[in-house]
Amino acid sequence: MTNYDAIVVGAGHNGLTNAAYLARAGLKVLVLERMPWIGGAAVSREIEKGWMYSNCSYVCSLLRPELFRDLELARHGLQVVPYGGGVTITRTGDVLGNYTDEDVQRREFARHNPRDGDAYHRYSTDVIRQCKFIRPLLLRTPPDPTSFKPRDIRELIYLGREFTKFGEQFIYDTLRFYTMSIADFLGEYFESDLIKAHLSGSGIIGSAMGVYSPGTAYVLLHHYMGDVDGSIGAWGFARGGMGAVSNAIASAYKSFGGEIVTDAPVERVIVRNGRVAGVATANGNEYRAKIVVSNLDPKRTFTKLFDEGDLNPEFVKRARNFKIRGSSGKLNIALDGLPEFPALGRDNPLRFGDIHFLDSLEKMERAYDDWKNGTWSKEPYLDLLIPSMTDPTMTPPGKHFMSVFVQYVPPKIHGRDWTDQDRDGFKNTVLDQIGRYSPNFKSLIRHVEVRTPRELEDEVGLTEGNIFQGELTMDQLLFNRPFPGYAQYRGPVKGFYMCGSGTHPGGGVMAAPGANAAREILLDLKRPSLVPEGWQDD
Amino acid sequence: MRHKDHFKTAVYQTPFHPRTSFDLTPMTKHRITGKDALPFLNRLITRDIAKIKPGRVGYCVWCDDNGQVIDDGTVFHLREGDYRLCSQERQLDWLTRSAHGFDVKIVEDTHEVAALALQGPTSCAVLKAIGCTGAEKLKPFDIAYFPFADGELMVSRTGFTGDLGYELWIDPARALELWDALFDKGGNHGIRPMGTHALEVARIEAGFIQAQVDFLPADQAIRIDRSRSPFELDLGRLVDFSKPNFNGRRALLEERRRGSRYRLVRLDIEGNKPARSAYIYDSKRNVVGTVTSAEWSPSAKSNIALASMHMPWGRPGDELWAEIYYQRELKWSRVMARCRVVEGAFFDPPRRRATPAADF
Amino acid sequence: MTDRNRIIIVGAGHNGLVCAAYLARARREVLVLEASDRVGGAAITREFAPGFRVSACAHICYQLDAGISRELKLGAHGLKTAHANLRTVALATEGDHLVLHGGRLEAGLLPDKDRAALADYHDRMLRFARVLGKQHNRRPPRIGGGGRSELIAAAMLGLDIRRLGRDPMREFMRIAGINIFDVLEETFETPLLKGALALDAVLGTNLGPRSNNSVLTMLHRLSGQATGVTGGLSLPAGGMGAVSEALAAAARAGGATVRTGSPVASITLEGDRVSGVELESGEKLAAGTVISNADPARTLLQLVGARHLETGFVHRIRNFRSKGMAAKLHLALDGLPGFARLAAQRAGDRLVIAPDPVYIDRAFDHAKYGQCSPDPALEITIPSIHDRTLAPAGRHVLSAIVQYAPFDPRASTDAARAEFLERTLGLLERYAPGLRRQVVASELLLPADIEREFRITGGHWHHGELALDQILMLRPVPGAAQYAMPVDGLYLCGAGCHPGGGVMGAAGRNAAHAVLGGERAA
Repeated sequence: MTNYDAIVVGAGHNGLTNAAYLARAGLKVLVLERMPWIGGAAVSREIEKGWMYSNCSYVCSLLRPELFRDLELARHGLQVVPYGGGVTITRTGDVLGNYTDEDVQRREFARHNPRDGDAYHRYSTDVIRQCKFIRPLLLRTPPDPTSFKPRDIRELIYLGREFTKFGEQFIYDTLRFYTMSIADFLGEYFESDLIKAHLSGSGIIGSAMGVYSPGTAYVLLHHYMGDVDGSIGAWGFARGGMGAVSNAIASAYKSFGGEIVTDAPVERVIVRNGRVAGVATANGNEYRAKIVVSNLDPKRTFTKLFDEGDLNPEFVKRARNFKIRGSSGKLNIALDGLPEFPALGRDNPLRFGDIHFLDSLEKMERAYDDWKNGTWSKEPYLDLLIPSMTDPTMTPPGKHFMSVFVQYVPPKIHGRDWTDQDRDGFKNTVLDQIGRYSPNFKSLIRHVEVRTPRELEDEVGLTEGNIFQGELTMDQLLFNRPFPGYAQYRGPVKGFYMCGSGTHPGGGVMAAPGANAAREILLDLKRPSLVPEGWQDD
Repeated sequence: MRHKDHFKTAVYQTPFHPRTSFDLTPMTKHRITGKDALPFLNRLITRDIAKIKPGRVGYCVWCDDNGQVIDDGTVFHLREGDYRLCSQERQLDWLTRSAHGFDVKIVEDTHEVAALALQGPTSCAVLKAIGCTGAEKLKPFDIAYFPFADGELMVSRTGFTGDLGYELWIDPARALELWDALFDKGGNHGIRPMGTHALEVARIEAGFIQAQVDFLPADQAIRIDRSRSPFELDLGRLVDFSKPNFNGRRALLEERRRGSRYRLVRLDIEGNKPARSAYIYDSKRNVVGTVTSAEWSPSAKSNIALASMHMPWGRPGDELWAEIYYQRELKWSRVMARCRVVEGAFFDPPRRRATPAADF
Repeated sequence: MTDRNRIIIVGAGHNGLVCAAYLARARREVLVLEASDRVGGAAITREFAPGFRVSACAHICYQLDAGISRELKLGAHGLKTAHANLRTVALATEGDHLVLHGGRLEAGLLPDKDRAALADYHDRMLRFARVLGKQHNRRPPRIGGGGRSELIAAAMLGLDIRRLGRDPMREFMRIAGINIFDVLEETFETPLLKGALALDAVLGTNLGPRSNNSVLTMLHRLSGQATGVTGGLSLPAGGMGAVSEALAAAARAGGATVRTGSPVASITLEGDRVSGVELESGEKLAAGTVISNADPARTLLQLVGARHLETGFVHRIRNFRSKGMAAKLHLALDGLPGFARLAAQRAGDRLVIAPDPVYIDRAFDHAKYGQCSPDPALEITIPSIHDRTLAPAGRHVLSAIVQYAPFDPRASTDAARAEFLERTLGLLERYAPGLRRQVVASELLLPADIEREFRITGGHWHHGELALDQILMLRPVPGAAQYAMPVDGLYLCGAGCHPGGGVMGAAGRNAAHAVLGGERAA
């Protein structure tokens, strides 16, 4: 039995980030990981020989540059390469492309609707303003609005000042933006249904809501607020797959003297006299530490790692009711060549980005109806990428890796567990949809890794397979995330902390929750904080 | 040759300023027709459009609800009730939004009209040489139609240079022919293609402002306080409170009561180093403004600039200093140069307004 | 000069009448102009079949502000209650109905856990609703502009929330922005109970139980009960029209003139100010102040006209979400319908058909795509049980709100109406066997019909959705949420303003105060 200053349960990117900062502050830190590999949902695995998959998360934009720089992730091997392109292909073979050049983008929109071409500018201006508002809040601990502590009051005042700095109209716009549906929000700018459908995807990815559901406009922001080198809303690939992010953070962590043990599933958190004393793993080992940090989602953390008797019943109820609904699935496909999309023609640069098959908002919403009715969408929303076109390290030469994110996929089928038959049905639904737009696609398939919420829960540990470790709805954002009164990374037991995406500011491979939690832990230890604050932008 | 593009191309001709040739930025054109074309424009634009009679052109600005300038441009009253609105920025969304409740048809026809600017002291002579007989009778801001190559050439006595000049409007199919005719017949008058830098110099000499340079279009401003009202751009003359409601009216009335935040001034700066992006200081070294455009003026032999000043600075006679950084052979230097507030244009030749227009 | 001092109120809906009554009390010269030939707007009683009268739009009184009722002495002006404290009966096709009264189960079977949770849920929600209720009588603050007094007003709102105490405040902030479905799921087990409570949240809205914001709409509904005059759901004697008649009487008693049959064609301007109105008859009436009880879009875009307003403002008004989703069913019956296993004395209560939240959600799914729900959810009253003036002896009137019927051309055709009526009657028949044979006459008002008859754009009872993005300082649109519109002398006083609809009267009174306050400031 070994004593540590702090134990982090789960080697996801947030757990590793948290551990890295604690180790850097001089603590003796241990990270325990259930699987034989590290990374959680930011992982690259070679399932088919020669093919590296980004098995879960697949693109990188939200990773906070403050942390990237501070942990010297470039030195530890991380390179994020922005990708261009992105396109929506319709049933009729029409396309709507993404272009980085503003004027080309305008003309592309104008081709579908002349007015919408001009409206795009107004739309981006308004969304960028929202990004500017939210970004400085990502690397801050949310204040408790019920508290009278000086720090909370100071943070509330800070929030208030940020909120008002763009003027009165912005305040109203923001109140509306955070509570509207993505369809209504887009409807205030655009006329073309295709353009609205094209832009609405970001409002529902990973969320158990439809494009008509109030609250989805904010989810859009959650996907826009990232950047690659200052280009707001841009996305990139981590060279070598998303595992490269976790590996780089792990490398930084180890360089500070940190220790990682894999194949060590933590079974419970040991609580003595009302404070944590360490953890016990399934294979019978006990590790001692006065600080235990969970990278697991809040529901799993409090319903699986704790004896119920150690927690307040109200709190247990809150944890059980935590909204962490699975709504997404994924197919990782090894291809023997590059699939053709006749709508795009050969060598179209749009293929380098996200490919969607959409026609209308109604089609998006009907996909959600299927989810509500307990089955995967029969016409799902796909976010399809071929990262190997940008990153040659993913596959053997001439071969390709296709990542297909699928919305909506329920955690249970009509109330019962997934069967292998369901899984095949789901897989075929997705492959058939792609096949309709790419005639040679199916003949190129070499291997398919199917990930329904069942696999995401069993392998990655995400309850119900929710990719954000909890819905991004008003009841679970900012000072409500994960639970009201517990948004400052501290758990209900002394010495226990949370650092996963289930805490502020949420999921998306930002690494911000892990860093913020480290800041709070160091504060409690009365040590100087090494965690960078967000960069200020005027 | 790029002139096949249907973009507006300026042909600036002057014996004094030989220039290299470049194309101009495309200009957005909208055709506005329908029963409510006039009331629509009058609600959109701050000046009284009813005063722009058929065959006339007017310079104008339009504002958002807060009285902040979205863009400036020109309204052409082509024929009774038939208008063309030209602007630098894309406006179809704003125009369509503004059209609610009006019986009006708005078509963006940027690509259906080829436009060419012919500017400079001999511009009228060139026009006459290609067959626009009587072109000299056009008063500033007049429109006239001339037969050209079995079609019609529209000529307006307008421009962005502050000199005598015309803009020529034609079916794109005949644009090439027009260009060739101009250069064929205009050779003797020293016609030359003109580039953006020449235009930049000319418009600053004239004291004309430009979107994205001297002001940020209000609908593109992310931060507050970045946009400007017409008063703050020295365009108060374009705001007509005696006409009925227009966008920004209430806010501008309020601004008139309360006072503006900024003012735009023309500065004559000592020395010969253009004061691009310079801070302006008062005598106590407080920053009281910034330069938005600056050039050496070959016409006025002055170091000129447009600057946005915090109120109340920028009155004629104020003591102001510009902090100028300049580079000579890769070495940067800094000077503090005294500035003088100038009223009116830096270069305003009488030929600009003289009617009939002289040949040179 | 008398003209300049005159105040014209466009529309004699309940809010217009309340506003008139308050201004008349303050000795202003008030003229109310009503398009139809009776007062009341959407709070009226009218004959829909010979001898059968019904509250044609709103049919239960539950939010009428207690202060207004007292100050305007509505009792003295003839307002009587036919029946107060209606119970809510969640109808079941099989098994027992649930009879609910506030947080109490009066009949039917619930597991102990649900029974306890119901009491707790009701108390908790009532507490939160009171926070909203407190805002009803206040002018919504402007935030980020408008100076110190506005800041204080905004702080008051924050203080009200804070006064809940730490844990309730956290709970309030947690649920205020989410959906009723999730809240009910984590609180109760019994589907029938959840269904009835979910219906409370989505009645009259564009939301399904799973749509976020639906907790807020439920709290808004409850806020009336928390602060309203009857302390519960009640039926006014003579139908909802009686409320309007009493308000009109109060306004007239104060000296206001109410002219019916005078549809206003436009609100006229002189320079930047209103100068009066022009009637459809061509008659012009001068006034220094015009207050519109009509909905925001009708007032601003039709009566004033977009050209007198600014582009951004017009855009916001046009985006005020105001599409109705509820239809109104009126049945003339030749006898009392027999609801299976329902005690006769309960038939006069508020009966709801909403077997579970998923049922309502499915009903909503169709409406999203422009179809009426094949299996709708209903709120039913049979007011003739308590009020014999509504139907001939021995006969009855059934009034029901039927959801969902979208304001959509596809769902507004005669064929769609006939089909929806058929489906609804079929559904009623399942709960009250034999009802179809009792039907003497029927009327089904779709949102498009409500728009036509009551002149409400989109046929939405609340003039516009009551959602987080359309309440308080965002109602109807930011920058014009304080009753005064951008045109000098023009005010709104209808449900399109804070605090919204529901035959509450608060918007009318707040608007009156804003007018009087504006006079003082000027």
